[in-house]
Amino acid sequence: MGQDMVFLLYVFVLAMFAGYEVITKVPPILHTPLMSGANAISGVCLIGAMVVTGPTEVNLSTILGMIAVIMATINVVGGFMVTDRMLAMFKKE
Amino acid sequence: MDIPVYSLVAYLVAAVLFIIGLMRMSTPKTARGGNVLAATGMLIAIVITLLLKEVLNYTMILVGIAIGGIIGGVAARTVKMTAMPQMVGIYNGFGGGGSLLIAAAEFFRYANLTEGFTVQNSITIVITILIGCVTFSGSMIAFGKLQGLVKSRPVTYPMQNIWNLVIFIAILAMMIYLIVSPGNVPVFIALIAVSLVLGVLLVIPIGGADMPVVISLLNSYSGLAGCAAGFVLGNMFLIISGALVGAAGFILTRIMCKAMNRSLGNVMFGAFGAVVQTTGTAGEEGEKVVREATPEDVTTLLGYAKSVIFVPGYGMATSQAQHHVAELATLLEQRGTDVKYAIHPVAGRMPGHMNVLLAEANVPYDKLYDLDDINADFERTDVAVVIGANDVTNPSARNMTDSPLYGMPILNVDKAKSVVVIKRSLSPGFAGVDNPLFYMEKTMMFFRDGKQAIIEILDEIKNL
Repeated sequence: MGQDMVFLLYVFVLAMFAGYEVITKVPPILHTPLMSGANAISGVCLIGAMVVTGPTEVNLSTILGMIAVIMATINVVGGFMVTDRMLAMFKKE
Repeated sequence: MDIPVYSLVAYLVAAVLFIIGLMRMSTPKTARGGNVLAATGMLIAIVITLLLKEVLNYTMILVGIAIGGIIGGVAARTVKMTAMPQMVGIYNGFGGGGSLLIAAAEFFRYANLTEGFTVQNSITIVITILIGCVTFSGSMIAFGKLQGLVKSRPVTYPMQNIWNLVIFIAILAMMIYLIVSPGNVPVFIALIAVSLVLGVLLVIPIGGADMPVVISLLNSYSGLAGCAAGFVLGNMFLIISGALVGAAGFILTRIMCKAMNRSLGNVMFGAFGAVVQTTGTAGEEGEKVVREATPEDVTTLLGYAKSVIFVPGYGMATSQAQHHVAELATLLEQRGTDVKYAIHPVAGRMPGHMNVLLAEANVPYDKLYDLDDINADFERTDVAVVIGANDVTNPSARNMTDSPLYGMPILNVDKAKSVVVIKRSLSPGFAGVDNPLFYMEKTMMFFRDGKQAIIEILDEIKNL
């Protein structure tokens, strides 16, 4: 396995720790918005889907890529919008 | 793929915006702005990706984005707050599905190239396929259970965990085969099929009330699937973002398990709640007396109480009673009563379910109290009103060592001066055990559907 792979593993491990530290403090009232917000961020596979759909010819790979683009965009748009809708409802007295 | 430096910097900016956005999710005041920051990060990443020189197929990409955007946008605007668990469930699945398709697309691309696969390609692709498939099919079953399309009680059969293990070993064998001799299409298709089956089998034995754990765990998997896709494509931005989601889901999973005093293994493989246990002997049953209340009884009790705590559960969600509960609370407050809400972390079907429903009904969030913040208040409270909650109020979790609930942190509803339980029948909760709270002398049982009960109380209280 190449060094670049190990380098990516470094990034992964450090990002997990960063995520853990950043998110630990979320209070229970925000648990659902956190999940739907995470849904939206997990739609980041849209970036990968776009790269896979990149070549101009239509073949099995680009068709699979386009379906991935649709799924990921549903997550991105739906996730951010529903999170915003929910957070708008949280009011203090 | 060679990504230009300015694009790499832009991806870094996007990743930082995700992290700051998530940091801002830690208080209700800053959360909305945090969400906007994260969305901005995503927009930057999308634009930068469109500008990459390898990305040329604008027709297919933009049509895909338009279709997905319309579906996502309409769903986000129209979904009912009571249906949020299903929505999160299906989105977890799309996250897994997207990553799975990326890995499949890369597999077929390499299969057609003369230079073929490197070991690195093969390993990252098969791992992404496994995580993506389990996340996708598992989430679809979770969605089905929450939507009522699939039986929500645990589905069990003999040697369940042994079968799962056999299937997992078969998957490992196929993965190794594809690493050693890559590009074999039939084995690759079989790997996808069997991994999808594993996702289904892992979620069907998990019951409805354990859904907060499953949804959180699948949330975590959907992030890890994105990470795995990032390894396939060698894209750091995907890896960082996926890891953030993976960590968020992992934290919620831990909080949910802790709130039930059960290990993740027990939730996943214990088929909890599959069998309704019969506790107590017939003699004991005979001695148990229940005090059944009329709407007048409850109203009189509430009308003269100085302090009331509402304890909502899944029953409030199913009967859509949140608006009526909020109306009752406002009326009581106008009469000078001190009103609070006690929310158990696993009440409902996903983390924070009750909070969202009550926020929708315009209940200010500073009236919603977490387990640790409210438990000491019950003994100073005149009336605790339980609406469609059961196991999370069961006092045997505190003192009956043989109860399946023993050790679970509960809301100390039984310490209140009086208790009103709104519930359709005496049937046991998800854990399948009887709740001694129902038979206490200070407890009034008001046998109704949640919403119907509150409507009847509202009718009475206006005449008080």
